[in-house]
Amino acid sequence: MPGLKTAWKEYLEESMLPHMWCPGCGNGIALGALTRALAELKLPRHKVVVVTGIGCWGKADDYLSTNALHGTHGRALAFATGVKAARPELTVVVLMGDGDGATIGGNHLIHAARRNIDLTAVVVNNYNYGMTGGQVSATTPAGAITSTTRYGNPERDFDLCRLVEAAGANYVARGTVYHVPQLDRLIRDGIAKKGFSFIEVVSPCPTHFGRRNRLGPAVQMMKLLKERAVHVGSAAAKGGELPEGSFFIGKLAERDDPDFNTSYEKMRKKALAKGTESS
Amino acid sequence: MCQIKIDPKRCKHCGICIAFCPQEVFGADCRGAPVVERAEKCTACGLCVMRCPDFALEVGEKGK
Ligand SMILES: Cc1ncc(C[n+]2csc(CCOP(=O)(O)OP(=O)(O)O)c2C)c(N)n1
Ligand code: SF4
Ligand code: SF4
Repeated sequence: MPGLKTAWKEYLEESMLPHMWCPGCGNGIALGALTRALAELKLPRHKVVVVTGIGCWGKADDYLSTNALHGTHGRALAFATGVKAARPELTVVVLMGDGDGATIGGNHLIHAARRNIDLTAVVVNNYNYGMTGGQVSATTPAGAITSTTRYGNPERDFDLCRLVEAAGANYVARGTVYHVPQLDRLIRDGIAKKGFSFIEVVSPCPTHFGRRNRLGPAVQMMKLLKERAVHVGSAAAKGGELPEGSFFIGKLAERDDPDFNTSYEKMRKKALAKGTESS
Repeated sequence: MCQIKIDPKRCKHCGICIAFCPQEVFGADCRGAPVVERAEKCTACGLCVMRCPDFALEVGEKGK
């Protein structure tokens, strides 16, 4: 039995490395955190389904040894909902970029949270559409430069965690690829939690967002994550308003509402009982 | 004393391990690739392994 320190490698498809991501892209760090979370929960690989959409982060399933369902852009949560409804015994993890999960797929996100279906969504937020050249997304901060907002983004961005919490998810957290041991724990706890779990992973895309906004190379962008992230529960967090550009990290919301499969099973039993009564 | 292995086929020279190792174990070569310069200072905290985006690092206690 491999020790915990290397057990995560079982979930990594090492034969596919080196991966496709750019130097310093945070996706590889997020992938490592996911494999360590799966290893800590000791989930058998054949009981895990990783569902992705399309995007740089959406390629993560290529590097995992679990089951995988590579869907279409923006629709990963719809596929995942089908998998979980049909096979409730499987652990379903959904990997999406901010474009995939919150922009083209934003409607699926709020409804998956409202249904509280027992999935874990890991959204890597790099503030733009990486794969297609760095276009604006629903999480691009106001004023930021992207390939489609060359003079600055005139729109406001979504706070994804607040959106998903309001929509009804049982577990909502935000981490960064700088704060790795914490990120592992947040993903682990999200997977272990019944109902819809949402983990936003703030991560650098040095190639597009970093370059256009002059945020420097990957090391510089990692330093920014370190400086701007404020732990919930810290003294700085209790001080009230966050400075511009800062954000909370940690577990942001948790509740124990019934998940979709449990509620559905209840209804099904009721309908069956009614059926036998009337026959 | 720790043994630090760098896989040159996976490393993309992002510089993250060099910049964030709490013990400043790594230096850089002329192309920006990490070089283990102070292995004796390594505490095997594992942060470089976790923050390496390319799965290029391995850290083990010597002899294990
Ligand atoms: C229906 C549809 N529209 C557009 C595309 C083109 N497309 C592929 S990836 C992508 C953006 C991915 O961005 P994001 O989800 O933020 O992930 P990232 O690449 O940044 O990880 C787009 C628009 C597509 N594949 N399918
Ligand atoms: S384009 Fe951006 S998100 Fe895509 S691999 Fe490169 S750095 Fe990562
Ligand atoms: S294990 Fe920790 S101390 Fe050792 S090289 Fe990596 S980051 Fe530095």
